[in-house]
Amino acid sequence: MTTAKAVKNVPPHPMDALLRTERIPHIWCPGCGIGTVFSAVLAAIKNTGWDPNTIAMVSGIGCTGRMAGYIRLDSFHTTHGRALPFATGLKLAKPDTKVIIVSGDGDLFAIGGNHFIHAARRNMDMTVVCVNNFNYGMTGGQQAPSTPLGAKTTTSVNGSPEEPFNLCDLAATCGATYVARWTAMQVRSLRSSISEALEKRGFSFVEVITPCPSSFGRRNRMGTALEMMKFYQGRSVIRSDINPSEALVDIDREIVVGKFVDTERPTFMDHYAKVNRLNLPQWRAMHSDHQKGR
Amino acid sequence: MTAKEVRTGMHFMNGDEACCEGALAAGCRFFAGYPITPATEVAESMSRRLPEIGGIYIQMEDEIASMAAILGASWGGVKSMTSTSGPGFSLMMENIGLGLCTETPCVVCNVQRAGPSTGLPTLVAQGDMMQARWGSHGHYEIIALSPSSPQEMFDFTIRAFNLSEYYRLPVIILADETIGHMNERVIIPQEEDIEIVNRRKPTVSREDYLPYEADADGIAPMANCGDGYRIHVTGLTHDDRGYPAMDAKAQEKMITRLVDKIRKNRDKIIRTQNLYLDDAEVVVVSYGISARSAMQAVRDARGEGIKAGLIKLDTVWPFPEELIRGVAPRLKAMIMAEINGGQMVLELERAACGACPVSLVSNFGGAILHPGLILNAVAKAAKEKP
Amino acid sequence: MGQVIVIEDRCKGCSFCIANCPRQVLRLSTVFNKKGYHPPEVVDTTRCVNCHFCEILCPEFAIYSIEFDDFEE
Repeated sequence: MTTAKAVKNVPPHPMDALLRTERIPHIWCPGCGIGTVFSAVLAAIKNTGWDPNTIAMVSGIGCTGRMAGYIRLDSFHTTHGRALPFATGLKLAKPDTKVIIVSGDGDLFAIGGNHFIHAARRNMDMTVVCVNNFNYGMTGGQQAPSTPLGAKTTTSVNGSPEEPFNLCDLAATCGATYVARWTAMQVRSLRSSISEALEKRGFSFVEVITPCPSSFGRRNRMGTALEMMKFYQGRSVIRSDINPSEALVDIDREIVVGKFVDTERPTFMDHYAKVNRLNLPQWRAMHSDHQKGR
Repeated sequence: MTAKEVRTGMHFMNGDEACCEGALAAGCRFFAGYPITPATEVAESMSRRLPEIGGIYIQMEDEIASMAAILGASWGGVKSMTSTSGPGFSLMMENIGLGLCTETPCVVCNVQRAGPSTGLPTLVAQGDMMQARWGSHGHYEIIALSPSSPQEMFDFTIRAFNLSEYYRLPVIILADETIGHMNERVIIPQEEDIEIVNRRKPTVSREDYLPYEADADGIAPMANCGDGYRIHVTGLTHDDRGYPAMDAKAQEKMITRLVDKIRKNRDKIIRTQNLYLDDAEVVVVSYGISARSAMQAVRDARGEGIKAGLIKLDTVWPFPEELIRGVAPRLKAMIMAEINGGQMVLELERAACGACPVSLVSNFGGAILHPGLILNAVAKAAKEKP
Repeated sequence: MGQVIVIEDRCKGCSFCIANCPRQVLRLSTVFNKKGYHPPEVVDTTRCVNCHFCEILCPEFAIYSIEFDDFEE
């Protein structure tokens, strides 16, 4: 019988260098998809090869927002819905920093909705990873702008009476230069998309349909976390390059995933540099990166 | 010709513009704001001046975003500021709290107008005084300065930046519509004569650095984003590492330090300008535009032989209770002159603690206080039997 | 070939790794970790091909595979 010899010098987990290991295990529930998304984010960051000291994470409030507390980078856990404007200030003050915003569907599109549409409109050079678990998980599972019509939550016990946003469509309409959606189970595609989003110049957006077994899953009788992961993946249909308005999330029928938008557009700083250079006798950029429009 | 960061010289400008010039002289290079009367000119001045001196102006979608953006820029290592009036100040409250909890240096200028709600957008009031102190939820200390002229707008804005950098918190400039829109002489000194204070930076290595481990004076050195310290910053109650610490003990420790930062340094922060205090029998306490009405009234009273004095609050928060407690016992009366229903008068009453009668000369907003009104009150108080 | 390493005390027993390993290397153990969960255990270590799927799926950073060829008969 073949047996393995003992492993000498067991290496640490490959992500340990980017984790605040003194705070692991993290607070997310068993089977929560956020951990998987976090792993994908870390892998994408590692993949870039960038100096970790030049990367910052900004998050909002909610389960996903806690991610900022576990990543061993400069990280900012801000107020509910306000990660994007905070990140805007940070990026403009320090353009050589790559800013990643990680937050939930409620934080980014309910209270943070106005900030989202303007950050996308300005084409701020940043990457947004949105964990969409169809509810507000941290506070116990309330209805959110992403909650499917008729789904049960603690504030819609008879079923949500509202039609949800198509987050990718919203992002694309507002001017995001990169828009993709995957389910948490599709980890390789997810890692790849987040990598592309990080490298992408401009406002890039990746939505991840993620199980919330404790709240949304339980109230809608979706089974275990594993069953939810498989369910979302099972419902998913990959259709890249279609019009984002047709990339619907209908958990009763199909969840369209893929890369929907990958385009080029001048960033806020491109325009700011250009108008000032044209009109001021001697425009002085704050940083050399600003001169280049970064 | 290169644009100057510091426009040394004698100028005739309004308070809003002077605030902008003061900020630039203090090293501010980031402004995020939203138009609102009567603070719009601060933003407009910034939008013109910042690009020509290596700064960035961005007009955010609302005041909430403006406050968030200036916090972010501060963590990016750039001195930052916003300006607003009452309605915007109300919106900024949550993020001011974030700035307080995370100890983020920045400046918020509130050019007050009459409220509540939309109120009188173009007319003066001083109705946000208590809001500046208590407007955000939870318990905290705040520093707020109250300029009484465009010159003081310039000078106090520089001081606001210095205080915010040193004590690591958002500092409020409580101006008012009259000061903001008044045009007066402003003398801007040579750049080398302007004292600038910058945030304390860590001197230890990344391994030894704890973002919220304070020095003996209660202030923690601040590493910015990208300095290599891999900081975590959160609005949750946190420990010295900056990590969330969710219990009463951690709350006690953190809030005590945040509050003591200001409380134990009151003598360095508080500034008043006192007039005729030594032999005064009736003292008027005032701030902002009302202090100028009060000063006129006090001079007129002296002219009539009344022993009147003035305490002008350059800093409104922290409130100079030690000074008040010291003078009140020997006075016939103290009078607060302010344009609101009685806000700082509550502090005056509290500090005087019954040692002498305290009264109020005020209106609810829309017009400045006529010096005659204050003079009448002074004369009446002076006639009272002790 | 590969070897699976489990950091038992990080595991929360979600079973993502067990259900999705393409080589059925893992099963739920009967031991309890510090928090009372059952971490995965290796059924047959020679089956692992170091595909890293368990590693990239795991929400807890509790499992990973490494390159390993040190087998003996």
